[in-house]
Amino acid sequence: MSTAALSPAPTARSSRSDAVFRWTFRFLALAPIALIVALGVELYRASQASRLAFGWGFLTGSAWDPVFDHFGAWPFIFGTLVTTAVALVLAVPFGVGTAVFLAEVAPAWLRRPVGYLVELSVAIPSVVYGLWGIFVVVPWLQQTVEPWLGQEFAWLPLFQGAPYGLGFLAAGLVLSMMVTPFVVSLAREAISSVPRSQSEAAYALGSTRWEVVSRVVLPGARSGIWGGVLLAVGRALGETMAVTMLIGNRPAVSSSLFAPGYTLASVIANEFTEATTPVYTSALIEIGLILFAITLLVNLLARIFLYRMSRPMGGTA
Amino acid sequence: MKRPGRSLSLRRKLTSRCMLGLCGLCSAVVLLPLLLLLFYVARQGAAGLNWAFFTQLPAPPGASGGGMANAIVGTLELLGIAFVLGVPLGMAGGVYVSELANEHLVLAVRFAADALNGIPTIVTGIFVYSLVVVRMHRFSGLAGGLALAIVMLPVVLRASDEVLRLVPHSYREAALALGATRWRVVRDIILRAAKRGLVGAALLGVARVAGETAPLLLTALGSSQWSLRLDQPVASLTMQIYSYAIAPYDDWHRQAWAGALTLIAMIVVTSAAARAWVGRRT
Repeated sequence: MSTAALSPAPTARSSRSDAVFRWTFRFLALAPIALIVALGVELYRASQASRLAFGWGFLTGSAWDPVFDHFGAWPFIFGTLVTTAVALVLAVPFGVGTAVFLAEVAPAWLRRPVGYLVELSVAIPSVVYGLWGIFVVVPWLQQTVEPWLGQEFAWLPLFQGAPYGLGFLAAGLVLSMMVTPFVVSLAREAISSVPRSQSEAAYALGSTRWEVVSRVVLPGARSGIWGGVLLAVGRALGETMAVTMLIGNRPAVSSSLFAPGYTLASVIANEFTEATTPVYTSALIEIGLILFAITLLVNLLARIFLYRMSRPMGGTA
Repeated sequence: MKRPGRSLSLRRKLTSRCMLGLCGLCSAVVLLPLLLLLFYVARQGAAGLNWAFFTQLPAPPGASGGGMANAIVGTLELLGIAFVLGVPLGMAGGVYVSELANEHLVLAVRFAADALNGIPTIVTGIFVYSLVVVRMHRFSGLAGGLALAIVMLPVVLRASDEVLRLVPHSYREAALALGATRWRVVRDIILRAAKRGLVGAALLGVARVAGETAPLLLTALGSSQWSLRLDQPVASLTMQIYSYAIAPYDDWHRQAWAGALTLIAMIVVTSAAARAWVGRRT
């Protein structure tokens, strides 16, 4: 970095020890890169039996039959997409709204405790969300929310069938609680990084507070908000324990949110140690490979948005 | 001519009020379930806690009584292994990124650490299973600790990177001007100046993995016994909460809540300590 130019002319011995130091640390620092590569290679290698047996059809096949060793990942891909969609439909608007409230509206004494609570919700273990979901959210959905939705919105295919409690809706709802803090904290950061002078200029032109927020602040914070949303997507896709405890664990494709389902992560958590044949294990590892590839892609996209945000913006920063 | 203007501005003011009010409502909707969750865990957990919970082994299925003593010890064992493996490596990465690397490599390592941080931990579990459990022919605490270390690594790396960058540039320049080598600068100046922050970074890593369940299911497996040997399956609070929560026994549910309260207390204390250490900059 910049100080390197300031190094004094070193003696032979010190420059050798410095080189050892530098190379040792470079080697150690490459661990994250090496781990990502190793993860990909190992998952690819260990899923070979399944890839050979089912080919690309694995992605679209909907059979999941351990008895006859026939496996397809479609019900899990479907379940992952549905729960992630439910989570985001709730997390994005509420998360951005909360971020606006915290950054622009809330009185100073309220910001700190609310911000702390939001951060705390990231630290709560997934399995605790699942526990709470089983004993509080599921009975509430089953007895109150789902019968009401089924009655009032009976014409929607989303709300059909018996109120089962465990299912896409329960998993998606708790998942939305778990990913909202990512949206809130990144959107909040992005909002406060919009130069004050821009909103002041808008106020000077006679804008109301909401007009400043919606036409100046939010557009300026766009790439940070997108980054937060994508991070939330990445979390939602890979979230395991809470979803495993709430989704009902049935490899079925259904248009109703009341129905039980399964996700990529939860089938691994639930069946991995019980897999009896090599092909079964290999199919579960291939599901892990799918999950790895998707989340890696989503996270790289998220980081591109976030790095763009951290660079100084046009105008006075 | 005045009237339309005034009503227009009234409408704009009302819209502004309503929309900002909606934002406040959003916060309430976000916070309410969270407060409910904390309330439930505190209430149910406190009701489930007793002396036996901390001192006894799990009771056989269906029998009441017993505790999670082995799971608490197992969690500490797993965190210990993860700490020993993950913290030095993460900090070495942090030192390299903030002190030594050229710009391209800095970007690549940070990018990779962030990406690794976003990979679902269950995938890390499969990786360690395939690499360690399959080769050792058994589930073990060692494999569990290794999985946690991999999850911890990017957190510690990024946190220590950030802490080290807070050390004023003039320290480095002064030391270099006195003829110190880069190694001496890092060892005697930078690491000392950032000592508190680095402790915080390590604690942050611990708090991040203390609540992990998924990777442990595939590596440490869980156990209902004391786990004194690291090459044998090890219990953890998280796995115990999971298996008790989905079991049909009331007494196990009670203990699951107690376990959740214990776990959250551990994590909150650790991350508060981490924040305090990181926050108190030199």
